[in-house]
Amino acid sequence: MKIKPLISTITLVAASASTMAQDLDITVTNLSQGLYFTPILTAAHTSDSSIFSVASAASSELQAMAEGGDISGLVSMLSNANANASENPASGLLAPAMSTSYMISNDSDNTKLSLTAMILPSNDGFVGLDSWTIPTEAGTYTIMLNAYDAGTEANDELLIDGGGAPGTAGIPAAPGGSGGSGGSGVTDSETNMMVHIHRGTLGDDDAMAGKSDLDNRVHRWLNPVAKLTVVVK
Amino acid sequence: MSILPTINIKNSRNKLRNIALPVLLISVLGACNDSNNSTPTVMPEPEPMEYSYQVTVTNLTYAQPLSPITAVLHGDEKMWSVGESASSALEKLAESGDNSDFIAQTSIITSMADDGVLMPGLSSSITVSTTEANATHLSVTTMLVNTNDAFSGLTGLELSNFEVDQKMSWNLNVYDAGTEANSETAGTIPGPADGGAGFDIVRDDVDVVTFHPGVVSQDDGLTNSVLTQAHRFDNPAIKLTITRLK
Repeated sequence: MKIKPLISTITLVAASASTMAQDLDITVTNLSQGLYFTPILTAAHTSDSSIFSVASAASSELQAMAEGGDISGLVSMLSNANANASENPASGLLAPAMSTSYMISNDSDNTKLSLTAMILPSNDGFVGLDSWTIPTEAGTYTIMLNAYDAGTEANDELLIDGGGAPGTAGIPAAPGGSGGSGGSGVTDSETNMMVHIHRGTLGDDDAMAGKSDLDNRVHRWLNPVAKLTVVVK
Repeated sequence: MSILPTINIKNSRNKLRNIALPVLLISVLGACNDSNNSTPTVMPEPEPMEYSYQVTVTNLTYAQPLSPITAVLHGDEKMWSVGESASSALEKLAESGDNSDFIAQTSIITSMADDGVLMPGLSSSITVSTTEANATHLSVTTMLVNTNDAFSGLTGLELSNFEVDQKMSWNLNVYDAGTEANSETAGTIPGPADGGAGFDIVRDDVDVVTFHPGVVSQDDGLTNSVLTQAHRFDNPAIKLTITRLK
């Protein structure tokens, strides 16, 4: 007689906890004409954690993602914070105008959603979402995402093999082509070392010289650069 | 708006009356204490309700310092509107960063401005407070100082549904005041990229407020520009967070 009420209480607690968790169907669309996104990292996490914050210095994990597309550091950071993460849903690069869809089931404490992926070609640009509050009400939600600058590398706009290593100058690749060489460098300094909105790439129309190895007819963008659709079930 | 104004109307005559009334009633009550149970109760004049809003702005740009963040409370109106001519007060703010005319506008009930320029990568908070019940709307604005007449902000935000401790955030885009041509030439830009004059009463541009097309810069082929690639920007330029404190 005494055991029964106890069991039903436990069942109720478990049931209410599980109703707090949510299933999220997520779609990311690359809205740009000439940008590629490196492996996308999406995570539901607590309000105490984040992947990045504007007007704050980038973590070394964020720097590795923004300069070279390496999300492994951020993944372990999120794992330590008991986040629910989705890694690399597009199995590599997400090309212009392409979409990728995936699912995240978030635990009840993980009420915030964040996303990052490096933008190619750029020195340390990334598409980002910081701590969007996941709605408790079922429905379809659309969020436009902007391009950020990690503030960790000068935007020299030079294509350099190995340029994706943290602390190494240069852009590692221009996957869609139209990349040049022989540029003199747009700038060799980064005066704003906080995460900020990317001012865009400059580029030029000289593939063999000029300041930039990027093409000003191909590699520019305006915000927003991505669309995130979240279906809360 | 509907009830509060009558309570909060303040003038010296009202205050005198309120002091005199309780004194009179006490003497009347003392006299009638035994014979009358239905004593009239006097409501004390309510303390004027204070409304207080914390305004936090983050400069999201790479290299556009922001003129002192300016927050104003006013009635149901907008301080600017796309497609309409900028007021002369807004023109001065957007061309030079000088907010003195903007906060002196007759429709402004109260205002608060930050002490100095807000540099890229930094945040700053100011608090604007009032007891005036007709201060129903909030506007916040600032100039991107390494431009001819670019500004950002939010205008005519209705505060009536804002609850105490409620917080709201916006990523805000850049407007062009339309009062000064975007020449980017020496002497026309007040920020550190130039140190130019800023405000000029002559309107040599489209004379309507629009979204800003961005700066070109000398690095992108505008030969006479004093701006470099570093001064280019994309939307949004500022993050605004408003928290009602009282």
